[in-house]
Amino acid sequence: MAGLVPAIHVLFGDEVEHVDARHKAGHDDVRVCGAGCKVMAEFLQLVFSGLTVGAVYALVALGFTLVYNASDVINFAQGDFVMIGGMGTVFLMAAGVALPFAVLIAVVAAVLVGLLLHRLAIEPARGASPVALIMITIGASIFIKGVAQIVFDKQFHSLPAFSGTDPIAIGGATILPQSFWVIGGMLALVFGLWLFLERTLIGKAVLATAANRLAARLVGINVTVVLALAFGLSAAIGAVGGVLVTPITLTRYDVGTLFALKGFAAAMVGGMGNPIGAVVGGLLIGLMEAFGAGYLSSTYKDAVAFVAILVVLLVMPQGLFGRRSVERV
Amino acid sequence: MLTVDGLSSAYGRIEVLHGISLDVPAGEIVALVGSNGAGKTTLLRTLSGVQPASAGRIVFQGEDIQALPPHARVMRGIAQSPEGRQVFGPLTVEDNLRLGAFRRWDDTVRGRLEAVYTMFPVLAERRRTPASSLSGGQQQMLAIGRALMAQPKLLLLDEPSLGLAPLLVDQILAAVVDLKQKGITVLLVEQNASAALAIADRGYVLEVGRIVHEGEGRALLQDPKVRAAYLGV
Repeated sequence: MAGLVPAIHVLFGDEVEHVDARHKAGHDDVRVCGAGCKVMAEFLQLVFSGLTVGAVYALVALGFTLVYNASDVINFAQGDFVMIGGMGTVFLMAAGVALPFAVLIAVVAAVLVGLLLHRLAIEPARGASPVALIMITIGASIFIKGVAQIVFDKQFHSLPAFSGTDPIAIGGATILPQSFWVIGGMLALVFGLWLFLERTLIGKAVLATAANRLAARLVGINVTVVLALAFGLSAAIGAVGGVLVTPITLTRYDVGTLFALKGFAAAMVGGMGNPIGAVVGGLLIGLMEAFGAGYLSSTYKDAVAFVAILVVLLVMPQGLFGRRSVERV
Repeated sequence: MLTVDGLSSAYGRIEVLHGISLDVPAGEIVALVGSNGAGKTTLLRTLSGVQPASAGRIVFQGEDIQALPPHARVMRGIAQSPEGRQVFGPLTVEDNLRLGAFRRWDDTVRGRLEAVYTMFPVLAERRRTPASSLSGGQQQMLAIGRALMAQPKLLLLDEPSLGLAPLLVDQILAAVVDLKQKGITVLLVEQNASAALAIADRGYVLEVGRIVHEGEGRALLQDPKVRAAYLGV
């Protein structure tokens, strides 16, 4: 968990040194600029790193949203899917599996864990209150971490960046190629999810279940299957996020906790239950965190998300894009 | 077509249906009337399988369907238009209708959709709008249309006239008679007893979870006890 902070900072340090080195070497493509330009460059740098981490928070928040809509359950094991994606890929690659296959197997494994979580922990408690179900997911999250300690280990691990580690200079700041993978991957997943929900009958059935569970059952939608599907999908989305971000932030058996909390904050900021809100909330939390770390102190970086939750709860409990219940009687 | 025998149902430990027995013959409209809280909606929900039964049998076309989950009952031909419309608010009118055919998805969906639009032209006009923005009457039509998309043999209609203007009530009830002529059996639950019994072949009066009167629709309408208790005369 604490590993997220130094990992990002080591990286920032590298980038700064890298740029400085190019300055000293008199490279043409690095503009030498004044104070105003430096401020701008620093700002951009924070935006890039904020969007990168924010993209992963967005994916976690999207997972929360899917499960919440299908069941009113907030699945706090959501962050652990991120860990399974990252750790699974690391260990499969260490065992000699090529990256694409390692990713595929790790994501499938995360989906299986998601389905098992639904089948063994959520489904038997059907009819329990949402609060009880949320407790169950917290327990499941602790259990998953325990198993991960045994199956994997307690060390931090990283993955090689997918397409090199040469920073790309944009407007005086630099961005890692892996950041494009993370942000692009997030956008692709969001688009894919949108296509699934809006363009397929099964997707519509998921939306229908979210809108009105009684009516969904009456038209013959099996809401248990829909909920299992939501768990499987959210696991896949989280795991892919974990794979994409691991080259930047490192991973360990317990990184899921912080991802879950940040993703939860993102979902709350965006308005729990709204997919667009989840994405916007995730990016916002990522940006706020980056700015908090860059301009205030990196010590309080993790506090930013929680301050955001508090502010949202106090000022606008429904979030930015919260569900407005306009139903005619 | 449908025979209910000694059906009981409870919410937690509170039993709300106490041994209901009734018959819905094929091709008829059967009205189930009674005041608020009599258990009408609970009965329909139990028939659809979204509310568990604690005792009794539900026999549909010779098969005991009591243990079947809701979707299996839809597949056998029982569809419900629930009390309070229960449309999928954020989804468009057309998506609501298409989801009605969720368990009956084949090449005839397009045709069924057109049939519903012919029956309720206003739904065709608003096919791309979210169901939540429809008026109460339009939502009622949508709920009925959605149930029809499942190609039901037996249509369960829960309070289709609730909260509607008198003109709309007539329009909805005329549509119900229409459905009967198309060969669909209807079990109609209504608080508006006189309107329901007027179009029904058979009627049952439900009172705190028990059937207290039964008979031909028009005969019940004339029954002094029924008139006194439910028709306010």
